[in-house]
Amino acid sequence: MSGSRKKNASMDMADPGAGHYVNPEPFNPASMETLTPAQERYYQASQWQIMWWKFRRHKIALWSGVILVLFYLNVPFAEIIAPYTANQRSNDHLFAPPQKVHFFHEGEFVGPFVYGMTSEIDIETVKWVFTEDRTQVYPIRFFCRGSDYDFWGLIPWDFHVICPAEGGTLYLLGTDRLGRDVYSGLIYGARLSLTVGIIGVTISIVLGMFFGGIAGYFGGLLDSVVQRMIEILRSLPELPLWMALSAALPVTWSPVWIYLGITVILGLLDWPGLARAVRSKLLALREEEYARAAVLMGAKPGRVIRKHLLPGFTSHIIASATLSIPAMILGETALSFLNLGLRRPAVSWGVMLNEAQDISVIVVYPWLMAPVVPIIIVVLAFNFMGDGMRDAADPYK
Amino acid sequence: MLYYIARRIFAMIPTLLVISFLTFFIIELPAGDYISNQIAALRATGESASIAKLEFLRQEFALDKPFLERYLIWVGLWPGPHGFDGLIQGNWGWSFEFDRPVSEVVGPTLPLTIILNTATILFVYIVAFPIGIYSATRQYSWADYGFTFLGYIGLATPNFLLGLIMLYLANRWFGLSVGGLMDPRYIGEPWSADKVLSVLAHLIVPTIVIGTSGTAAMIRRLRANLLDELHKQYVTTARAKGMRETHLLVKYPLRMALNPFIADIGNLIPSLVSGSVIVSVVLNLPTVGPILLNALQSQDQYLSGFILLFVAMLTLLGMLVSDLLLAVLDPRIRLGGRVSP
Repeated sequence: MSGSRKKNASMDMADPGAGHYVNPEPFNPASMETLTPAQERYYQASQWQIMWWKFRRHKIALWSGVILVLFYLNVPFAEIIAPYTANQRSNDHLFAPPQKVHFFHEGEFVGPFVYGMTSEIDIETVKWVFTEDRTQVYPIRFFCRGSDYDFWGLIPWDFHVICPAEGGTLYLLGTDRLGRDVYSGLIYGARLSLTVGIIGVTISIVLGMFFGGIAGYFGGLLDSVVQRMIEILRSLPELPLWMALSAALPVTWSPVWIYLGITVILGLLDWPGLARAVRSKLLALREEEYARAAVLMGAKPGRVIRKHLLPGFTSHIIASATLSIPAMILGETALSFLNLGLRRPAVSWGVMLNEAQDISVIVVYPWLMAPVVPIIIVVLAFNFMGDGMRDAADPYK
Repeated sequence: MLYYIARRIFAMIPTLLVISFLTFFIIELPAGDYISNQIAALRATGESASIAKLEFLRQEFALDKPFLERYLIWVGLWPGPHGFDGLIQGNWGWSFEFDRPVSEVVGPTLPLTIILNTATILFVYIVAFPIGIYSATRQYSWADYGFTFLGYIGLATPNFLLGLIMLYLANRWFGLSVGGLMDPRYIGEPWSADKVLSVLAHLIVPTIVIGTSGTAAMIRRLRANLLDELHKQYVTTARAKGMRETHLLVKYPLRMALNPFIADIGNLIPSLVSGSVIVSVVLNLPTVGPILLNALQSQDQYLSGFILLFVAMLTLLGMLVSDLLLAVLDPRIRLGGRVSP
């Protein structure tokens, strides 16, 4: 670039009429600066592509995303992945401890298997005591036919990825008070626990976009009304309100309706944060030249917001929505844990934790606390991924 | 300053009105009320003797009036069956389930609720402050990474689960009964030094459990703010002139970073109060939390309504205190200007 400038300077006096030299050749911008293929790829990439490249560099966020995908894969295929159905009881195995998976039986390799269990009742504590029976070997079966279920509640089927041996049991994480498999419960519970956040956030995005949008775009009185509303809602402690609202759901409703009701409740109180983000972004973007140009060319407010302003901050909204999903998952868990949310036969991680409410139960049967682990993993993963997305949301910075 | 305080308190009145209306609306959402449900239950069993008494109670508490009128009577802005007698006049309502005034039911638990929440806020400040400064001044050190990691775990673990885990571990390792307000030995005993110590020991666990996620958030916040300041030109200038590191840190960057640190506690208070409610249920603490849960389940509307309002008041008061602190620290605010967060 500096070389061509020097050349221009030396030929300055070639055309005295113009006062300076004018090259008659058509100007080709590519001649000034040759782009490496990598640069070219970067300059021609779309906004979303650059965001993806930037997100990819954030290793923890990327791995969190992978973990979340694995968790969400459980949602559609819960029946196939779980060895039992969530509410299948076994009266012979109440509060059975987790069965250890072994590979070697008496020094010989058998593949993954569990030993059988013998149970007897302890008269003093009135508790079932389970001991491993080292003579019974139950190899775990894979891709097999096991207990019957209705796939998505519609198609009767019996195919499982993993099932217990014929006549044997497979309680990887033990059983609860009614002999229901905890591991299968976790997989079925993922269905409600993980989707509650997604649906709730969708509701909250719609509300947040609407209120934030009108406040940020129109300003004035409307803005201050919405601002006051946001302030008041944000100053209220969420959980007691959630509790009160879900206590108001009629007891006669079916689990599906209760589930929908809870997602609506979670979404109803969550939008102020998003609305605030939308509003501040809109206020900033409204002043940009391209927005003013659109207004001057006679675009209606709705069109300006949707066509010109929204694409500028969609990525930010998605990032902040991702960060508010864990709060909803925890909200549902807390409500179900307190017996105010979902109830059996619906299974979510919070419903399962409900049984672990009593300290004396936890001390004796600690495996009932198992749902704590997936909850923490999912919440952490959402936080890390959201952080990564927020950093990537403004790719040109 | 006085003018600022007055204006700030005055601004709370409309907020309080809106919140009280919202609260009343929410507790009135379930179909029917406590007494009409009881009447229905009695009718179903064919008992009619006590129905007349319940009908009388319904009138006594103005439950037969329209919604808006009931709300105004509850707040004390409208004459009820006994004239102006509502929250403003100091009548907190009647608990149907306990058959006693709400003030008698929740009264004993209010001081502990306030103590627990105040202790938690102090805990958050005291722990987050030094750790935040340390993490910022020694960025990317092992301790910084360690605190950041702990902070993430603290943020991700919901406090009621943390409470459960703590209960389990304390019981497993130390054989301690963590739940409750004091060791069972002291219940019913007269107050003594040992009893006070027992109460304090039992308050430590809930304080940590409720405060952890808030502390984690505050550490991240303070670290980010302080790092922003530390990279500014004036810090470099001061260092080039040979100012001592501690003096350099305390003189300006810390004061600048302190501002959002205090403003943020206002955002944190609602979640702390939320946490204290559910943690009290898990740890079986005699605060308003367990009573609220019970009242909501049995649809004891005035009791739950009062507690909801009380909890909201608590957060409003906390925000007021944080605003006033901010005004003391930052003259730009008390002189009426606005400072961007």
